[in-house]
Amino acid sequence: MTKALGGAKIYLKREDLLHTGAHKINNSMGQILLAKRMGKTRIIAETGAGQHGVATATVAAMFGMECVIYMGEVDCDRQALNVFRMRMLGAEVRPVKAGQRTLKEAVNEAMRDWVTNVRNTHYILGTAYGAHPYPVMVRNFQRIIGDEAREQILQKESRLPDLLVACVGGGSNSIGLFYPFLQDKDVKMLGVEAGGEGILPEKHAARFQGGSLGVLQGTRSYILQDEHGQIQLTHSVSAGLDYAAVGPEHAWLKDHDRVEYGYATDEKALEAFMKLARLEGIIPALESSHALAAVIERAPQMSADKMIIANLSGRGDKDVQQVADRLNMNA
Amino acid sequence: MNRIEQRFADLKSQGKKGLVVYIGAGDPDLESTRQLALAFDNAGADVLELGIPFSDPLADGLVNQLAAQRGLDSGTTPGGVLETVKSIRKESEIPIVFFVYYNLLHRYGLKRFIQESADAGADGILILDLPPEESEDYSQLMQNAGLCPVFLIAPTTPDARIQSIVEHGKGFIYYVSREGVTGMQSSISSTISEMTGTIRQRTQLPIAIGFGISNPEQARQVAEYGDAIIVGSAVVNKIAEEGKSDTLVSHVSEFVGSLSNAIKKF
Repeated sequence: MTKALGGAKIYLKREDLLHTGAHKINNSMGQILLAKRMGKTRIIAETGAGQHGVATATVAAMFGMECVIYMGEVDCDRQALNVFRMRMLGAEVRPVKAGQRTLKEAVNEAMRDWVTNVRNTHYILGTAYGAHPYPVMVRNFQRIIGDEAREQILQKESRLPDLLVACVGGGSNSIGLFYPFLQDKDVKMLGVEAGGEGILPEKHAARFQGGSLGVLQGTRSYILQDEHGQIQLTHSVSAGLDYAAVGPEHAWLKDHDRVEYGYATDEKALEAFMKLARLEGIIPALESSHALAAVIERAPQMSADKMIIANLSGRGDKDVQQVADRLNMNA
Repeated sequence: MNRIEQRFADLKSQGKKGLVVYIGAGDPDLESTRQLALAFDNAGADVLELGIPFSDPLADGLVNQLAAQRGLDSGTTPGGVLETVKSIRKESEIPIVFFVYYNLLHRYGLKRFIQESADAGADGILILDLPPEESEDYSQLMQNAGLCPVFLIAPTTPDARIQSIVEHGKGFIYYVSREGVTGMQSSISSTISEMTGTIRQRTQLPIAIGFGISNPEQARQVAEYGDAIIVGSAVVNKIAEEGKSDTLVSHVSEFVGSLSNAIKKF
């Protein structure tokens, strides 16, 4: 890819190689240990793309706990492979039929379950969002991404990278990569949101482009809302980025100009998905493909002595059917 | 003393229990909300809780979620609800509490919403998703406007937190009688007696018990433990059944009357 793009040297942080296929397991493993310590016997979680659901179903199986996963009905369809995986792992997948039937509604339903069953249940929230201490806790469990990347790049290149790139849905893989580099003033960072079909109301999930300050699901952050404060519909080809709010630490990093936030449209993400597959033999998740789309745009503008680390937050097996349909590859 | 405090003081001096009725504003439309409020006042409701519809009502069960959706579909906005309270006030002194999610107030402007609520004739606000730990500005603004901030206590609320909640609350304490979201239940919770006892030790504020009361018989049972009961989903469900029919106001207020009779007889 570095050769094909002709510019900065590109490194991929291979979170797609983790067990269950994405960075999500870092957080699920940490939280289930806490659940065990607190004496909880039942686990619930929300999931968008299904990666967090699969990771949570996996650790619940390993620790012998009952597990219920809430997933929007639309996401159950477009990420069907992950629904099967969760069921095989022994979790109950409850499709959520409210609202636009995607990630936001799954979070609402998980919170309703949690307040009802809080005595025996721990809610393993999957992203750096929600009421305190979730944003801090999830970031701390995910900072292993940045800690490893930092150590590995210093070993390999004896210097820090010039640019970090990661996709931002709720923001857990990106905050995990960014956090250990925040004090390194020369390391620039780019978070990539879902541009969907373009920055028009209800056509995207780029909170920093079309959003404003609000409070949703226990957090004050940038959210997509209308003039009265009702939460707006969102769209992205990627279920994991299709969400109306963004983690509060990202809002802080944006307001302090420490991290730049851009977006990639569905079309650019699909192009990046295919490009990585063809150039490197790696099929990335559609979420991570948004980060790759930004790399494809930025790398050629940088000189050959510059370095980028992009977070390949998950693998794309779950997306194969959807991409094949969209690109007419079924013949 | 605002209308809520006055009403509870009156009930106390008469040795009566209070009835708090919740409905979603704008379900099926704001004119119906106005008519229902006036009819409830005549039917024996002591406090009206008006839900301002929100797209993501995560403390609500399905019945109230659907009511919020109908409210949004009928074009209900926070500003529209304030106007409706103004028009109710021309004909009724029933105490009114808004039941609302924080983002709507954040967007409207917290100070502006509180001031306009007071101007419209509302008496209290219950913000479902504002924990008392984050409520300093809000409590101050409410006090300045002469409105009652109402807070929730749940069966799982620890003692220390009960203390902090009763210090922040005014008007009444909303005791959520069971873990969970709003909605009707076939039986009443077994922990009500113990928890209301604990709350009683810490505050003189009236205790209103809600979440899950669905018929006059349950209303009577629960009323024993508190100063008032709150009925929401069961009333909202009746509204859903009636929709925009001509009998909406008469049938739903009849039901409210049956709840009132059940708790005021003893």
